[in-house]
Amino acid sequence: MGSLFSTSVTPAQAGVQMTSVFRALTRSWIPAFAGTTVFGYTAPAHAATGEAVNPWVALAYLVSGVFFILALRGLSSPSTSRTGNRFGMAGMLIAVATTLVTHDIANIVEIAIAIAIGGLIGFLIARRIAMTAMPELVAAFHSLVGLAAVLVGWAAYLNPGAFGLLVGDSIGAVSKVEMGLGIAIGAITFSGSVIAFAKLSGRMSGSPILLPARHVINLGTLAAIIVLTALFAMASGHEETMPLIIALTVLAFVIGFLLIIPIGGADMPVVVSMLNSYSGWAAAAMGFTLGNTAMIITGALVGSSGAILSYIMCRAMNRSFLSVIAGGFGADDSAGGGEAKEQRPYKQGSADDAAFMLEQADKVIIIPGYGMAVAQAQHALREMTDLLEEKGVEVKFAIHPVAGRMPGHMNVLLAEASVDYDKVFELEDINSEFAQADVAFIIGANDVVNPAAKTDKSSPIYGMPVFDVDKAKQVFFIKRSMGGVGYAGVDNDVFYMDQTMMLLSDAKKMVEEIVKALD
Amino acid sequence: MDFISILSIFVLACFVGYYVVWSVTPALHTPLMAVTNAISSVIIVGALIAAAAADVPGAKWLGLLGIVLASVNIFGGFAVTARMLAMYKKKEKK
Repeated sequence: MGSLFSTSVTPAQAGVQMTSVFRALTRSWIPAFAGTTVFGYTAPAHAATGEAVNPWVALAYLVSGVFFILALRGLSSPSTSRTGNRFGMAGMLIAVATTLVTHDIANIVEIAIAIAIGGLIGFLIARRIAMTAMPELVAAFHSLVGLAAVLVGWAAYLNPGAFGLLVGDSIGAVSKVEMGLGIAIGAITFSGSVIAFAKLSGRMSGSPILLPARHVINLGTLAAIIVLTALFAMASGHEETMPLIIALTVLAFVIGFLLIIPIGGADMPVVVSMLNSYSGWAAAAMGFTLGNTAMIITGALVGSSGAILSYIMCRAMNRSFLSVIAGGFGADDSAGGGEAKEQRPYKQGSADDAAFMLEQADKVIIIPGYGMAVAQAQHALREMTDLLEEKGVEVKFAIHPVAGRMPGHMNVLLAEASVDYDKVFELEDINSEFAQADVAFIIGANDVVNPAAKTDKSSPIYGMPVFDVDKAKQVFFIKRSMGGVGYAGVDNDVFYMDQTMMLLSDAKKMVEEIVKALD
Repeated sequence: MDFISILSIFVLACFVGYYVVWSVTPALHTPLMAVTNAISSVIIVGALIAAAAADVPGAKWLGLLGIVLASVNIFGGFAVTARMLAMYKKKEKK
């Protein structure tokens, strides 16, 4: 096993490596499972009902876990992704069916009704949600996972017998630590996601809310949660453990809330990924409690997935994870932007000017940002692309990793508008092409094209990788007005360059006018 | 299962997750979040166990509520992922 991981693996090689990992995994684990399930697996739930302990049950959960791995693996390319999603559904079906088959069910009707209610709600939401609302939907879903983890943890606490957690007549200390952690992580995920949802959907201001001494409060609360978990593990009897677990749950809800309120709107991609990660760790902690392989594998997958996404987002903003978590970025928007700014001349253009220049170009690179999502301009943008391509113009899309409010947000919107994914490029793949581009067309993006990130050491976004739009022959910048600055609260030199023409209007309206002028 | 076997599975799964997720194309990061969301609702297994046992009513009702929440996520998560992925189809050239 060691030799498998000691060799360094690039993402491209990972595919080859993966299969061997699978093989090694299955080869070494299947006998281990068979052994432990027969001799070592003492689940009182089964023992109590007189049911024989079945190694196939553990195998079924393992298969379900492997299917979840395949579900994520499928996402390595759009062509395999749909098969991957089906693997995920199959894995879930196996896990649920196995659980139902191997447990004595007091009332199957109640369970069926619960699944039907939840399933119907979920399905309707999934069908109706607008693609631009995807970030808040994901945040809302995270909160449900978190709350479900809290509920399961509490249910396990109240009825440890059903979960096979009894050692003698009380819950084992290790199980209690796992249970406490599961409840705590679940509760943090829940309240944190609720705040993220409120901020993303505009129900709450996106600007950071900074409490005095918030770091002291947060660290103190976290320490209190750890101490309570330890006390909970050592205490015995309902009278002693009950107040501890209640305090633990409440504090965890509070800390989730406190952790997210100081984080500003622009940092939401990191927050959403981080909460994604937490929901995974919550599932893993519950998996430890129940000794369930499917839950542990899934938890580990989701946990690392969210962690990697957070890392990618932080890297794309050149900020450390800790500084994002500490919050407060973009808090001084109005103050910082207002004083340093001198009135510099800029050129303003009309849709007709833009249409004329775009038609003449050989190569156009479009840079979409959150503004495009807000204005719902992706469909109009696709029409413009089609018209330009008919006229022989080469059009490409350039997407910054932190464009929008969640990882991959822009890609989904462009896909929704039927833009071919072959035309959509990541930052490092397209940045060298700006020098050959006739037109850089910026729509709803700002900080990701700000050259201050390369030149101005005092700028809050210094070091963040940005698009080299200043190398393009002509820049069009669609922006609602000259007044606003980006989320980082810094002025953008691109506005005032000789080759820049500002198109001051709503993004959708402007693109529609350009389309009309092109026709 | 003893703690060490469970821990081994967990650690290995973290490594698997690490390599698998790095191989996910950035264009599909939003579907990745939606599908990880759906699969983390495998926590429904715990809710089902709680709801199946009749002896402690409090635990049973928490379990049933857990099933409802997890089901929203499972059906919603997979359906919305499928909807997104359907949009990534390659367009035929006219």
